[in-house]
Amino acid sequence: MNHPDMETFNAFIEASKASKTKRRQAPSLQVEDVSLSYPAEPNALQNISLEIPSGCVTAVIGPSGCGKSTLLRCFNRMNDTIDGCRYSGSIFLDGANILSDGIDVTSLRRKVGMVFQRPNPFPKSVFDNVAYGPRLAGIRSQRQLDEIVENALRSAALWDEVKDRLDAMAGNLSLGQQQRLVIARAIAVEPEVLLLDEPASSLDPISTLKIEELIYELKSDYTIVIVTHNMQQAGRVSDYTAFMSGGRLIEFDATDRIFTNPSERATEDYITGRVG
Amino acid sequence: MTSGPLSDFHGEGSVFAAWALRRAGVMLWLTSGMAVSAIVLLIGMLGLLCWLAFAGDAFGAAAGHFPGALAVLSQGEPPYTAEALFSAIVGTITVTLLMTLLVAPLGILVAVYLHVYARQHWYTDLVRIAIHNLAGVPSIIYGVFGLGFFVYWVGGGIDELFFSDSLPRATFGTPGILWAAITLALLTLPTVIVSIEEGLLRLPASLREGSFALGATRFETVVGVLLPATMTSVVTGVILAVARATGEVAPLMLVGVVKYAPSLPVSIEAPFIHLEQKFMHLGYLVYDLTLHAPAGNGRVALIAVVALSLVLVTMSLTTFAAVLRGRFRYQYAQEGLL
Repeated sequence: MNHPDMETFNAFIEASKASKTKRRQAPSLQVEDVSLSYPAEPNALQNISLEIPSGCVTAVIGPSGCGKSTLLRCFNRMNDTIDGCRYSGSIFLDGANILSDGIDVTSLRRKVGMVFQRPNPFPKSVFDNVAYGPRLAGIRSQRQLDEIVENALRSAALWDEVKDRLDAMAGNLSLGQQQRLVIARAIAVEPEVLLLDEPASSLDPISTLKIEELIYELKSDYTIVIVTHNMQQAGRVSDYTAFMSGGRLIEFDATDRIFTNPSERATEDYITGRVG
Repeated sequence: MTSGPLSDFHGEGSVFAAWALRRAGVMLWLTSGMAVSAIVLLIGMLGLLCWLAFAGDAFGAAAGHFPGALAVLSQGEPPYTAEALFSAIVGTITVTLLMTLLVAPLGILVAVYLHVYARQHWYTDLVRIAIHNLAGVPSIIYGVFGLGFFVYWVGGGIDELFFSDSLPRATFGTPGILWAAITLALLTLPTVIVSIEEGLLRLPASLREGSFALGATRFETVVGVLLPATMTSVVTGVILAVARATGEVAPLMLVGVVKYAPSLPVSIEAPFIHLEQKFMHLGYLVYDLTLHAPAGNGRVALIAVVALSLVLVTMSLTTFAAVLRGRFRYQYAQEGLL
């Protein structure tokens, strides 16, 4: 399944990660006994417990409606925006339970960035899209903003394509560019965790490849959780994989093991395409 | 008749295909015919008004025409003079703009509350039903409400608090342009709210979530993303409001319009606008001319010229707003938001 060059590439990534972890340690996420219900879906999540390791890419896979996006949206309390959503359990990030009532949700969301399924650039210029988060954080100096925007766009591998048209409306970019733009927008607020909710599902194969390359680049600096129902993608980009079904976590392990030697029958059935 | 998508669907030369094609042709004629007749009607109406107003001036009363509007206005008595007509034009524009200034922010606040802040349950549904029903309340009811609530109660209260020296002569406790503008704003508020809320509903939910995900509060999301993206629907609501407000006469008769106002509600010196003043309105002037002006051959020309002014004022206000909307639309059409 792995490309021949992948070994060397992985080795390179490991090396660069080792050098960068000294600079900043991205946090891990400890999920403990999280259950969640909507009025329409009383058992959206049932007693989920897992530890998402720091500085890695963790993929969440499973059939449609299994609760993988819902779990992802727990990490930045996005479920709070849905009327009638109730949850219990705890998720620890940097030692704090982010599901507790006392948490400042806006600062949590600055720490835990999110990229959605369809590119959702704001109806603003490329520059203003990326500068939106930093401006919310109170940064007003144009020089500082210029620097942040350039760095974020470089990190999202978009700078060379848009540096001459930062004032253009974001909607003029291609879908793939828009998705990298919203990744840049998420990076610009310097989060520690990046949540990617099927980030490539609306993109063509070339753009998908670019997003996946970008995930490689980013994982040394961020803890990344990616929801995908593209099995090959999970295999390509992730270090760990969680398989969910019917609101439950069926199996969580290193991606290699999940794909070659899963311990649960349900996981094997799903991965080999017998169900789902 | 034997080719094209319709015949493919129904089978070559079938009765249904022929019938469907004929129906499509009839619809085309009907719709384009209605569109053309709307234009013809508008141009015809404007032309007729121009003819009635100015034929006498152009060709002379001697040629068998009625006296023209220019001739009548130059020698008439108040309120049938050029100054009075000008005052009515200024009054109409001022009260409409004041109304716009009031109704746009109010409409935005209510629509944003309903769409972003309120939980969606029976109470918000009730508010929505109430708003939709308010749009259908006859305008004279708003006039009575404006007179009772704003003029007598609010205005009277203001007089007692701030202008007690000049009592019993009322300052704000009497009909005036402010109360007229507020009454019109109340009258048009439902339309504006519905338009803005529909605009907000059209925005993809991902826009709101994207902003929340960056740590924006609801207020920051509304101001930074949602409102800029829905400016076209705000302007659409304002256009509908202006169109309705300039057409209203009945409520204004109760809350501030007079047959003749010796001074304008606006001036070029501070304070620029006299909110407590009574004012003239083109719509009321048409009514007054039709029923109360001294009979005579010049009356037709006067009615025509005032009506023409009203139509032109309404058209230019809505056209201005439409141009504004066009600019927003151009900006946001590129975002796939419209």
